[in-house]
Amino acid sequence: MSLKRILAVVAARNREFYRDKAGLGWNIVMPAIMVLGFAFIFSSPDESLYKVGVLGSVTGDTAPAFLRTPHIQFIAQDDEVGAIDKLRHHRIDLLLDLRAMPRYWVNELSARGFVAERLLWQSQTNAPQAPQRETVSGRAVRYVDWVVPGVLAMNVMFSSLWGVGWVIVRYRKNGVLRRLRATPLSAGEFLVAQIISRLLVVSSVTVLVFAGTNALLDFPMRGSYLTLGLVFLAGAIALVSLGLTVSARVRSEELADGLLNLISWPMMILSGVWFSLEGTNIWAQRIAELLPLTHMVDAARRVMLDGAGLQEVAFDIGILLVLGVVLLTLSARAFRWQ
Amino acid sequence: MPLLQVENLVKTYPGVRAVDGIGFTVAEGSCFGLLGPNGAGKTTTLEILEGITGADSGHVLYRGAPRDDSYRAVVGIQFQHTALQDFQTVHEALRLFASFYPRQRPMSELVQLCNLGELLDRDTRALSGGQRQRLLLAIALVNDPDLVFLDEPTTGLDPQSRRNFWRLIEGVKQEGKTVLLTTHYMEEASVLCDEIAVIDRGRIIERGAPQRLLAQHFPRALVRVPLSALPDPGRLPPGFEVRGGDAVAATDDIDQALAQLRQLQVALDELAISTPTLDDLFLKLTGHGLRES
Repeated sequence: MSLKRILAVVAARNREFYRDKAGLGWNIVMPAIMVLGFAFIFSSPDESLYKVGVLGSVTGDTAPAFLRTPHIQFIAQDDEVGAIDKLRHHRIDLLLDLRAMPRYWVNELSARGFVAERLLWQSQTNAPQAPQRETVSGRAVRYVDWVVPGVLAMNVMFSSLWGVGWVIVRYRKNGVLRRLRATPLSAGEFLVAQIISRLLVVSSVTVLVFAGTNALLDFPMRGSYLTLGLVFLAGAIALVSLGLTVSARVRSEELADGLLNLISWPMMILSGVWFSLEGTNIWAQRIAELLPLTHMVDAARRVMLDGAGLQEVAFDIGILLVLGVVLLTLSARAFRWQ
Repeated sequence: MPLLQVENLVKTYPGVRAVDGIGFTVAEGSCFGLLGPNGAGKTTTLEILEGITGADSGHVLYRGAPRDDSYRAVVGIQFQHTALQDFQTVHEALRLFASFYPRQRPMSELVQLCNLGELLDRDTRALSGGQRQRLLLAIALVNDPDLVFLDEPTTGLDPQSRRNFWRLIEGVKQEGKTVLLTTHYMEEASVLCDEIAVIDRGRIIERGAPQRLLAQHFPRALVRVPLSALPDPGRLPPGFEVRGGDAVAATDDIDQALAQLRQLQVALDELAISTPTLDDLFLKLTGHGLRES
């Protein structure tokens, strides 16, 4: 394997990417628009509305007066642990438990929680039994903070799958591969070059989108950039390898496009990019665990929102790397120039 | 020892025997042409020789030995249809391909040989047909190959570009390189090739130096009138035969052929007298024109 040949193909592919102004713009602008769009959509609701999670029946009479308080949205919660986590991340302002002994949780670091608690106390003036107070602590996490790691990971997925899979099929169809095959360049050198080129592109675009949107939205980054970089790199390796596997023999761009859509859309829906799968069908959750995007989104979210270290996301990175190696081996064996 | 020795090549695709027992030798420093209509098996034969396609059976020997991995480093290939990666200049394309080879020809020589000086900074997608063919020839020569394969290199070019390209190939020949080309332009084969093999339906039907083949198969001249010029198309003058839409006499005695036409009161407005060409040879050998298949 010749490094010189690999670097020459990497350079040619990179030129093809960055000189394609329309494609380059789309690769950077699209994810930025998505992040900013979601920031706009989810930061505009009425700021005076408080959100109170309710465990148990909201039609019960344990706190009837409070449940009729105007300007408060009561949201039924099925899962106590998940609901407390939402309170910790400020996705709800107060959590009320009406299931047995009346009690509530409040986040003492939340100003909105402070006000919501006062409203609760006021409504309890004539109640026979005051609910028991529990506290949680945590840092504020907006929806946009929660969705940013997902959008970044999703962009890595699209860029990795199409940037390699679709491009190789196009090369095969228009004869570029045939011309390259007539030279001493080996299939292994060509594939390694495609992977390196795409990893460079994905890394650069992700850094640009991260920095650009963070300047506007100031989302939290509680873990290390190195760990986050490793998560995205491992994810990109897995997904580039998946793209290579799809493109190993396909000759039709339309078929490649269909196959890549068939792979990416279920991942986008099931991998928790836009919403949590908590409480959804158990089979959907199990399938999601098999998808590389799920591991990349989960790990990126834990690094960015919870400050998870390398050890805490090592399992996800490991899964992504193993998947990458398996798919890469498979695609290298299946690859045909023509 | 021939540079290339081809023995009994067979290649079958579903329902088609594209190459059916082809064999020939190519001497070092010569230009060998594979002639035939579209679908005759020229390109498949060339691809087998290039190492792009495997043969079902038969042998190809390069310098008397089976080809190995080093073969690709010493041959240059210009495909009939090829694409380059987008968004690169002529100079970048040349540099990319040069990087694949252990032996490289100096870029300045290559640029001069293929007349690319003014095009080096141009995007390869903005090249005209002739300019593009020159670039593809330069890419085929980037490793200073001993053997150059050209698959219908001038198809689609205008007559002027075609002649310009022939001059480039003449230059390549003068450097002592061995050229193996396919074409369905008989004039191209006449100008460039030292030896030709006429292929039809996957088989070589004639082989030799162009002028020798013409002398072997034809008298000095061909006298030709359209069949529509005959008063009775069913009644040919003596010595004439039907080829395509014409009545044709191959003869050494032009006066006698003309006398026979006059005797039958054939209108001579569209009379044509020519020396035989490889087109005529192919027509004679196969019964159909080179561009009709």
